[in-house]
Amino acid sequence: MSETMRGIEKLTEADYEFGFSTDLDTDIAPPGLTEETVRLISAKKDEPEWLLAWRLKAFLAWQEMDEPDWTKLQIAPIDYQSISYWAAPKQRPVLDSMDDVDPDIREMFDKLGIPLHEQKILSNVAVDAIVDSVSVVTTFKETLLEAGVIFCSFSEAVQDYPELIKEHLGSVVPVRDNFFAALNSAVFSDGSFCYIPEGVRCPMELSTYFRINSMNTGQFERTLIVAEDDSHVSYLEGCTAPQRDENQLHAAVVELVAKDRSEIKYSTVQNWYPGDENGVGGIYNFVTKRGRAHTDAKISWTQVETGSAITWKYPSVILQGDRSVGEFYSVALTSKHQQADTGTKMIHIGADTTSSIISKGISAAQGQNTYRGLVKILRSAENARNYTQCDSLLLGKECGAHTVPYIEVKNPTAQVEHEASTSTVGEDQLYYCRQRGMNEEDAMAMIVNGFCREVFDELPMEFAVEAQRLLSVSLEGSVG
Amino acid sequence: MLHVENLTASIGDTSILKGLNLDVGAGEIHAIMGPNGSGKSTLAHALAGRDGYEIGGTVTLDGVDLLEMVPEDRAAAGVFMGFQYPVEIPGVNNMYFLRTALNSVRRARGDEQIGASDFLKGAQDAMDLVEMNHDFLYRSVNAGFSGGEKKRNEILQMAVMQPKLAVLDETDSGLDIDALRVVAAGVNSLRGPDRSMIVITHYQRLLDYIKPDFVHVLVDGKIVKSGDHTLALHLEDHGYADFVNHDLDDAPLTGAPA
Repeated sequence: MSETMRGIEKLTEADYEFGFSTDLDTDIAPPGLTEETVRLISAKKDEPEWLLAWRLKAFLAWQEMDEPDWTKLQIAPIDYQSISYWAAPKQRPVLDSMDDVDPDIREMFDKLGIPLHEQKILSNVAVDAIVDSVSVVTTFKETLLEAGVIFCSFSEAVQDYPELIKEHLGSVVPVRDNFFAALNSAVFSDGSFCYIPEGVRCPMELSTYFRINSMNTGQFERTLIVAEDDSHVSYLEGCTAPQRDENQLHAAVVELVAKDRSEIKYSTVQNWYPGDENGVGGIYNFVTKRGRAHTDAKISWTQVETGSAITWKYPSVILQGDRSVGEFYSVALTSKHQQADTGTKMIHIGADTTSSIISKGISAAQGQNTYRGLVKILRSAENARNYTQCDSLLLGKECGAHTVPYIEVKNPTAQVEHEASTSTVGEDQLYYCRQRGMNEEDAMAMIVNGFCREVFDELPMEFAVEAQRLLSVSLEGSVG
Repeated sequence: MLHVENLTASIGDTSILKGLNLDVGAGEIHAIMGPNGSGKSTLAHALAGRDGYEIGGTVTLDGVDLLEMVPEDRAAAGVFMGFQYPVEIPGVNNMYFLRTALNSVRRARGDEQIGASDFLKGAQDAMDLVEMNHDFLYRSVNAGFSGGEKKRNEILQMAVMQPKLAVLDETDSGLDIDALRVVAAGVNSLRGPDRSMIVITHYQRLLDYIKPDFVHVLVDGKIVKSGDHTLALHLEDHGYADFVNHDLDDAPLTGAPA
């Protein structure tokens, strides 16, 4: 084994730094999924009748559906009856007062580096903190409301803004869309809701932080963002989970509605527990994310996926309005025994629509990384344009990178470009850096971060720094 | 300063350096010349510590054994290599790379880290030296650089790193006359009583601009002839044929003149 290979091996044996669990007094439903479970969740949340009906419709649909079999993922069968579909920290705080947040929860978020005290938050970011099935606190709600921006937990939105929810829930991702979306629609427990009124530029970054804490539970959250005409919002999400030997299921749905001339920028740094070096444990992450862009609107997805044992997600844009724009920037890292099957769908319906896709896949150790993307130009999409660039980086000899682009063009005026590359971190690159005095770990982190530069440049500043750090940590024990 | 004794290097069964002796004193510039395949670049890599060679013999820098060290430790000890083919690192900007490099060797030596603004001031002088524009610092390391820009970047790095021993491997290859002049001027300005340089070149041309204290002819893994800069002129007129065609087993094994 060469020195470089040994170096890479050492780098990929990193420990997961958010693997602690917090001893919270939690209200957990018994495992199992029946119609009763769906009714229980709806009742716990005191939901209106129409929402229960919507959930039950989804549940019926789900029972008829099968898991997708077209991925490159190797997944042990999931027993949906062994999972608990409701887990909530007890003594939910009164959401209006920060001081009422359970000190254990506050300490947990401090440990995660997400302070929930508004006065302690230096950066201009409002946070909705979600533990297991429920939102525990949302910061800066009042400040945002002054600007007319609604930012709250999904449960609150159902109570306080039922018309907005009723109008938009399922409008982008229908309940029957796919197996996991149907499951989520039936059992989703909480999530975030954002509403940006016409002409408003959201005065701060909105962010949701997801934490799975309890054992044997799944997390099924729903995010809905509605940007009215001429509005603008930047939204971030982050996620971690304790280190456990069992696989845990996370099946989320995110729907974005970008009305005329609005812009939604959605950034994710996903760091769910990836499992250990033998492939034991880790989160199964099955996520459906999709946005609808109306006339002259723009939706931009940026994702940095470093965690999870399994990642299955394709943040997509329906380019419905003329001149609408869709973007997808992705870094996916698979190390240890992680598997990712991720990419995007760009559905061009309007005329003069443009989409761009920049995907960077990094595979290390036994990781398997698949880019899967669809660019679909419908007959109505005159002069549509797409540019796709998929780059894969292989670190080591046992990992894999796969690129599966689908291109469907029904309008001859379309221009579609696809570029792909696969490379390794060269011995010569490492040698060059080491000759200049850097150790192998620093050199590797620098080269890999350089590979991801185009995507990191799309992230808000604090997140970009965090993403770089996370990438380095995922690749090595520590970074200097 | 640098002492090389009976240095051998091989890859598998192929022997490349076959017992090379060289002494480079403080402040001296030594030129190593030789035909293609004589082992010039291997000598540079053996000094810098590249993986993949079987190395024998002794190499010390100021009495410290270099051969036991990994490349980054040799860099911290003051060894700098100017690459014949500088490597591209996409997405990593030149300034970040350089500052990380400088701070890495400073950390290894127990020196303080240099902040971005102090670094910029120092880098500005180095850039003036190789006649580079400011935007050069913000481009990715060597990515999309012309051949001349890559070589100028090597000299820029040398100026920032301030090495004790610089080994410049075919720094003149692929340069037009203007770039050659700039690179040579950079090298000359970095001459100093505490810095030794080994300039490896195939052609005498570079030595019109950088005047070496000593010239060595490397043929088939050994130094077969050493002399002052006039030896290079002799090679210009007669080529390497004199050395290659003779029975080298009988040639004297000359190190650097004492």
